[in-house]
Amino acid sequence: MTVNTEAPAAAPAAMTRPPTPNGAKKKQWAGLWFVLPFAAFYALFLVWPTFLGLYYSFTDKSLTGRPASWVGLENWAEAFGDERAWAALGNTAEFTLYSTPPLVILAIALALLVNRARKLGWFLRMAFFAPFVVPVSVVTMIWIWIYQPDGGLLNHYLQLLGIQDAAAPTLWLQDKNTAMWSVVITTVWWTMGFNFLLYLAALQTIDPNVYEASSIDGASWWRQLWHITLPLLKRTTALVIVLQLIASLRIFDQMYLMTGGGPDRATEVAIHYIYISGFEGYRIGYASALSYVLFILILIISIFQFRLFSRKED
Amino acid sequence: MPNHPSPPGSASPAVSRRALLTGTAAAAGIGLTGCGSVAGGLSDKTRVKQWNLLAGADGAVMTEMHDNFSAEHPDIDLEATTFGWGTPFYTRLVMGASGGNASDIATIHLSRLKSVSPATLLDPITLDELKAHGLDPADFPEKIWEKCFVDDELYALPIDTHALVNYYNKELCAQIGVLDAEGRLIETSGVEAYFDILRAAKEITGQYGTSLDTLGGWRQFWAWYRQADGEMTFTDDDYEMDDDKALAAIEVMYKMSEEGLCPQFADGGQCAANFENAASAFVQVGNWEINRFKLFGGDNPEWFSMTEMPDFFGNRRTQGDCHSYVLPRHNSWDPEVRDATIEYAAWMLQHSFRWGEGGGHTPAYLPVTDGTDYQALQPNAEYSGVVENVQFDPDAWFSGSAARLFDETGGIFNQVYGLQMTPEDALAEIKSRIETLLALPNPVD
Repeated sequence: MTVNTEAPAAAPAAMTRPPTPNGAKKKQWAGLWFVLPFAAFYALFLVWPTFLGLYYSFTDKSLTGRPASWVGLENWAEAFGDERAWAALGNTAEFTLYSTPPLVILAIALALLVNRARKLGWFLRMAFFAPFVVPVSVVTMIWIWIYQPDGGLLNHYLQLLGIQDAAAPTLWLQDKNTAMWSVVITTVWWTMGFNFLLYLAALQTIDPNVYEASSIDGASWWRQLWHITLPLLKRTTALVIVLQLIASLRIFDQMYLMTGGGPDRATEVAIHYIYISGFEGYRIGYASALSYVLFILILIISIFQFRLFSRKED
Repeated sequence: MPNHPSPPGSASPAVSRRALLTGTAAAAGIGLTGCGSVAGGLSDKTRVKQWNLLAGADGAVMTEMHDNFSAEHPDIDLEATTFGWGTPFYTRLVMGASGGNASDIATIHLSRLKSVSPATLLDPITLDELKAHGLDPADFPEKIWEKCFVDDELYALPIDTHALVNYYNKELCAQIGVLDAEGRLIETSGVEAYFDILRAAKEITGQYGTSLDTLGGWRQFWAWYRQADGEMTFTDDDYEMDDDKALAAIEVMYKMSEEGLCPQFADGGQCAANFENAASAFVQVGNWEINRFKLFGGDNPEWFSMTEMPDFFGNRRTQGDCHSYVLPRHNSWDPEVRDATIEYAAWMLQHSFRWGEGGGHTPAYLPVTDGTDYQALQPNAEYSGVVENVQFDPDAWFSGSAARLFDETGGIFNQVYGLQMTPEDALAEIKSRIETLLALPNPVD
């Protein structure tokens, strides 16, 4: 077969097929059929709504089905001047700031622990990852019970240990000072497993010879950690932080289910406010403008962060 | 080579045939997801889809009534879906109806009728249809019937009147000595007189005097504010309310919580559980918990009784609302489905004795409530006065059960119960929230 010799050197022999005189084009079309179901869904439920949302943001489109009219930049101007929207963005930023560091640092710590544990490794791996597979509705329900002021698990043990006065139980989810942290703790417990798994996988790719060589040179465990392990995990850390920031900026589910944005809007986050404007207030046009503001902010942060890390890599 | 290539001649047609099948199947899949009703139309039963928000103890009673309805109507396939009470339900109803794909019939609070934009999202009901199914406008209390109309079109069929009532634990009340000769809770007058009972109850329970839903503070506020003759009226860009009376109502909450007579925080479930576990001798909650408390009693369903709200400011007015049926907008009605839908609604109203007995609600259908059976029902008879004393929410697009005024002020009242906000601050905050709501464009105008 002379055709084989014309194939690129890198291509394995098994990949090449005998040419069919008129079949090459038809095979390409066949591939499209397989992509079609996904492409159709993607276009219908993601691409189209994205553009439709941009269009709506310039109209007073209402969920009640009343005819919409073009309002130009009115919604955008209102969004930039809306104190409640900025407060919600502030709460989103606060949540991101509180939740990202523990989600990264604890994930590394637990991955290091599991990587060293020999006999219990499988159990710890499962235990740390298990919460991640639980649906958000179940997670929040369990934690609402834990935080329940009367008879909740947390207050019960705090009172047993004498840390808390039974006459003045802490209202974890209803107190302005504790509500945000309560949701952060729940979120860390729930989603840390994913970051943990990424770190564990990265740890297992580090060549053991590096550690052996350094210990022959007399390096302690701490020195190995700071000068070998963490630098070699840098790429994973960059990835984890980007994913984590995006996930935290999109926070909605836990807040909506656990605090409903309360107390007194102390935990009302950006997407919750968009939900209120659009679905409770019927203002699809305004909610679309708010969504685009959030979208652009997340985009800017992601690009900034991406450039920061890619420069460090160089 | 693991895969032998097919002979050149037959390969291409085989691939394209398979590709074609895949594509067709995918296309069919896309088509089917949007047309659930096509599948339903294939059976010989007429399918009626119902959406409701009755996620509490009354929901179980409705399910039981649905079973009875289905047994009597083998030709109708009733498909009822219960959504989370409040916003989750209303957002689904509005979104479904705006696309013309909601259920055939749904339950809403009558106070929310205007806020779900009947002109564009609901289909009106004709009187002829009702008469054909044995219903007559004279079968409903006039005050409620009038509320079912918007712009002279009938959009709702009232099911019941429900209200905040006062449940009491008979045994604990006997110990406190607040039952009369017939074993009923004595009437009191004024906040202090009732607080004295709560103090005595707290002594015995060791925890609280009464329990209430601190997240549903709007209901308690509206009951007490209306007891004091407080008015709240809205115009397009302005509102009027009585600050002194509002402050007095909020102070009741704060003082009750400060003295430990009620919990600083209790959601709907915990508020009922406090009463069941005798952590409180009373619970001020809606009549819909009656079934839950009866079941909790097991062999002794009469361990509790219920009466109207205590008189704090000169009368026993209470906050309440009406569940009612509406028909979400349809792009087109199948006449058979429409007929079965009205038949369902009529049957449920005509059999609403069970709704009153089990759900604790006072049926709106007069032939039921005027019946001797219903009048003899206990403890329903003991709180039957709520129908005269019930106070509906103020009239505005953001007002009504689970509407934005209810939600926003509820968060503030929860802070008052939690002793995190003084009554003065709470009132100022409520007024500022109302002003913000008024500044929003009216979406249903």
